[in-house]
Amino acid sequence: MRTVAVVGTSLAGLRAAQELRAQGFDGRLVMIGAEPPYDRPPLSKDFLLGKVSAGDIALAGQDDLDALAAEWHLGVRAEKLGREGVTVGDGTTIAADGYVIATGAVARTLDAARNLDGVHTLRSLEDAIALKRALAAGPSSVVVIGAGFIGAEVASACRLLGHDVSVIEAMPVPLAAVLGARMGAVCGELHAENDVRLSAGVPVAGFTGTGRVTGVRLADGREIRADLVVAGVGARPATEWLTGSGLAVDDGVLVDSGCVTANPRVIAVGDVARYRCPLRGVRIRAEHWTAAGEQPGVAVANLLAGSTVTHFARHGYFWSDQYGRRLQFAGVATEDVRIVEGDVASKRFVATYHRGDVPTGVFAIDSPRPFTKLRRAL
Amino acid sequence: MIRACSVSDLPEGEAVRLAGPVPVSVFHSEGAYYALDDTCSHQDASLADGWIEGCYVECPLHAARFDLRTGAPDCLPAKNAVRTYPVVVADGVIYVDTEARQEVA
Repeated sequence: MRTVAVVGTSLAGLRAAQELRAQGFDGRLVMIGAEPPYDRPPLSKDFLLGKVSAGDIALAGQDDLDALAAEWHLGVRAEKLGREGVTVGDGTTIAADGYVIATGAVARTLDAARNLDGVHTLRSLEDAIALKRALAAGPSSVVVIGAGFIGAEVASACRLLGHDVSVIEAMPVPLAAVLGARMGAVCGELHAENDVRLSAGVPVAGFTGTGRVTGVRLADGREIRADLVVAGVGARPATEWLTGSGLAVDDGVLVDSGCVTANPRVIAVGDVARYRCPLRGVRIRAEHWTAAGEQPGVAVANLLAGSTVTHFARHGYFWSDQYGRRLQFAGVATEDVRIVEGDVASKRFVATYHRGDVPTGVFAIDSPRPFTKLRRAL
Repeated sequence: MIRACSVSDLPEGEAVRLAGPVPVSVFHSEGAYYALDDTCSHQDASLADGWIEGCYVECPLHAARFDLRTGAPDCLPAKNAVRTYPVVVADGVIYVDTEARQEVA
């Protein structure tokens, strides 16, 4: 293999480049991406709070980037992958023998908010800068749509900054799909405990205001005044550019348990990859920092081997910071939840999930040491 | 030189955090003792709460790994090393020489 093109230069793309070099690839390495590599998790937390700056969240220093001896095409997006190579926005086509697809995901938006100022999403640094600026302007009422992790973190940051905050969640219990109903409800309580109003089980019907948002209309007829809205309603994989590539795409690039597509010269990693998870027996997109960091080691080994010789079989792990508390989750949630340390009422505890006698997952608030031990025992 | 704890209070695979203006932690791994700045160089987390394996400790929050011998990070998200300190064991007691901050790797 003489040339490898990595498409996408966030965490998964950078990690793929690092792994290519660490695993002995000494050919031409081409990096194609819209933005330089930076760390996204702080955007909804410390960045909004002003505790870290754009410079602090770079994923690699210039020395580290230079050490990759790569050819960088930044500020451009890949538009097509075909037999002749990757075509980028400026019309250049880059031919390679191996391709790493790491284009991530883009924030979902609400159709009803189109052409309406004051409605934000949060995915990129640019989004975070815009949101931070809007918050600095002193909105009188912030409404966050979606009580998932991004929504909850944004609500928390806005509250810590002193704003009046409401959260709207379509599902009856926030985060139930990830943490199960019981722990999802515990997370939901964090909002009220911090003077943030949570309305759960009510979808958003639309917005009020012309030109600029003035409120959010709910499906039950209520209307909540808002001069700043943040929609944290998930992300969709960035796969449009792969139309016509011949690669199978269905809510992500379909790859095997080693992150390899049907073409052994093409791998996909991070948020864009829908891989066959050996631990669950189904295809999932693991939209977490740790997966984007760890999948490239496996995927690159398979790319260099020319076939799938190793599999990504690690339990998913993620964290969230809300209202000054640290939430950590690993594995798979079930309805069999047991509190093994601390107590739920104090919001400092460790819970484990079980299937029969087998522990399948662990969730903790403000308990990193026991969490880590239990996570490692999964 | 500050007293950390007695040898019997720090089993293999465990760590103890010494409070102070700059918290320092002592780790016991594979028969050896190591002292490092306790706070992860990436974000505010206590490395004493982390996972100790061989000559590495993994941060309990974001999984950055540090070499217990040098304090150097081994993977993202950490980019900077944490400081290390000499450890002395005498008469069953573990001491850390916090005056002798060793240059970061």
